[in-house]
Amino acid sequence: MYRYDQYDQAIVDARVAEFKDQVARRLRGEITEDQFKPLRLMNGLYLQLHAYMLRVAIPYGTLSGTQMRMLAHIARKYDRDYGHFTTRQNIQYNWIKLEQFADLLDDLSKVEMHAFQTSGNCIRNISSDQFAGAAADEVADPRPYAELLRQWSTLHPEFSFLPRKFKIAVIASDTDRAAIQLHDIGLQLRRNDAGELGFRVYVGGGMGRTPVIGSVVRDWIPVGQFLSYSEAILRVYNRHGRRDNIYKARIKILVNELGVEEFTAQVEAEWAELAPLGLDAPQAEYDRIIAQFAPPAFDLAAPDTLDLSDPDFAVWVKQNVHAHKAPGYAIATISLKPKRGIPGDASSAQMDAVADLAEKYAHDEIRVTHSQNLVLAHVKKADLYALWQGLDAVGLATPNLDLVSDIIACPGMDYCTLANARSIPIAQKIAAKFEDLETQRDIGELKIKVSGCINGCGHHHAGHIGILGVDKKGEEAYQLLLGGSGAEDTTLAKILGPGFDEDGIVVAVEKLIGFYRGARSGPQERFLDTYRRLGPAPFKEAVYG
Amino acid sequence: MPRLLTGNRLETGDVLWWTGRDWSPLIRDAVAIGDEGDALIASLVAAERINDPALIDVTGTPGNWLPTTTRERVRASGPSVRADLARGSLSTDVI
Ligand code: HEM
Ligand code: SF4
Repeated sequence: MYRYDQYDQAIVDARVAEFKDQVARRLRGEITEDQFKPLRLMNGLYLQLHAYMLRVAIPYGTLSGTQMRMLAHIARKYDRDYGHFTTRQNIQYNWIKLEQFADLLDDLSKVEMHAFQTSGNCIRNISSDQFAGAAADEVADPRPYAELLRQWSTLHPEFSFLPRKFKIAVIASDTDRAAIQLHDIGLQLRRNDAGELGFRVYVGGGMGRTPVIGSVVRDWIPVGQFLSYSEAILRVYNRHGRRDNIYKARIKILVNELGVEEFTAQVEAEWAELAPLGLDAPQAEYDRIIAQFAPPAFDLAAPDTLDLSDPDFAVWVKQNVHAHKAPGYAIATISLKPKRGIPGDASSAQMDAVADLAEKYAHDEIRVTHSQNLVLAHVKKADLYALWQGLDAVGLATPNLDLVSDIIACPGMDYCTLANARSIPIAQKIAAKFEDLETQRDIGELKIKVSGCINGCGHHHAGHIGILGVDKKGEEAYQLLLGGSGAEDTTLAKILGPGFDEDGIVVAVEKLIGFYRGARSGPQERFLDTYRRLGPAPFKEAVYG
Repeated sequence: MPRLLTGNRLETGDVLWWTGRDWSPLIRDAVAIGDEGDALIASLVAAERINDPALIDVTGTPGNWLPTTTRERVRASGPSVRADLARGSLSTDVI
């Protein structure tokens, strides 16, 4: 894992000192809320329905046990004993007090963490593949490049006041576990026939009010030049992105208005000017960072077999454990979607337990996934049973990864000031209808994603079934969308028909699933595949007919 | 329809209601606001200690207010999915 050097730490310390002073001045009444609000937002502090909400950045979703334990400490000391892991691989706290904020930031900075650039019109936390460094299908670990992007974008003076927020995701395999085509920039690391590494560059994807799938602006940029190329993209966006209309300010609108060809031509022209200037990191810096992501020393003698005689354990392995590139190892996903739980929430005791288990069994590394789950990426198969028991003891062994109860839900109107409707209770009610694990497994992979408003934080556009909270004359109502995917076969979900109230949407989802189970060509055909094969008409008939 | 004055305390972010003399974290302590509402908000904005002051519609009677919108009911009682964190004066069942 990457460790801060003196420059990283100095940047965080200076920023923390600056913001502590701004908080103190606000508390003393020396600056107004209008002056303070943009400053606190730049430091990840929002005012939500119940209190201040803090979003802490987890770079590319990777954490050590020590960092996770600090997140638990923060939940316990400054919040109400829990936190919410988000679809951007970050964590949010819902009950933060401004008067305690200085101490909180000090605590965070002790473990090389902070909250800046988690809000505002800047380059946000870089996201990546939760299986990075462990997946058999990757060409290299994508995180050194995500880390380079983090350093490049941290307090980048030119890109601190962009037309709008900017989100970048980096992966290194053909399987997309990070929804790169739905980011402002999506980077896929590849290897060419000569064995060299380079990126395919997608630009202009996004969800929110106007969902767009990113376009390839370059099929190959050598790794050594991807920072200057990113700089060129950001420059074109910063210059021409629309600042007159917040709803048209994202890069996806610029790409659409210019057309991909013209946009690409402008980026190439900008890059031709930039490339010779020496903006890219020197090879020594690549080497320094790549070395820090060196895989742990895998035990080559680790047995590659698993004792699956405990049936509950066997079910968990089947559902939540993936193949690792090293023989004798496995990747374990910890579901944060327990029965009757809140998607993405974890108590401080659970965070502590995950930290302990990661240190004991997983080379001290934890990942957060965009589906609001956690991953231990390097677990010896021989340790999986003990790990599973440890997780089960704190309610974290739910074997439902990618099943109907593994639902993404944004905070919605239970917490969020922008919401039209609640998201979490909808997720809970749907999950409750399919509590029986056998039924869930029979239904198979099904990604339900719920957002409480058009901003789409719950990725409803990318849901096999997407649910969007809307306001219907002051009442909570829900739109139903079908056919989205955030994977390598990215598609945008389409509205199926008129919306529903809270109970109606749950019934509609039950009808959809019932129809699918009768209509699928066989147990291997996923809900999404059946939808793609048959089109919306029969699904519509099943719900509205 | 009665209206209440609400906002969030600067120091803590706590949700508060105007009681006629002071602020309370319990909606049951709130008083209905008459024509003085806009002047009160203006003075609060000027004093800068209460964030996002706003007048909200409620039904019911003093000691028994119920906001008309789901959003304000959530603010008054706490997240509907965490009955254990409810604010005491109003159960999350009302949401
Ligand atoms: C304080 C609470 C939050 C606020 C105020 C907020 C605000 C917003 C807004 C305004 C947008 C739309 C941006 C645009 O289209 O230009 C957005 C998009 C998004 N947010 Fe949030 N959000 C919040 C919480 C969350 C949470 C909890 C998550 C993760 C669970 C999240 C993840 C996202 C994602 C993935 C998008 C879509 C990005 C895109 O448009 O490409 N947000 N958010
Ligand atoms: S989708 Fe809307 S309701 Fe949900 S967290 Fe985002 S802004 Fe809030």
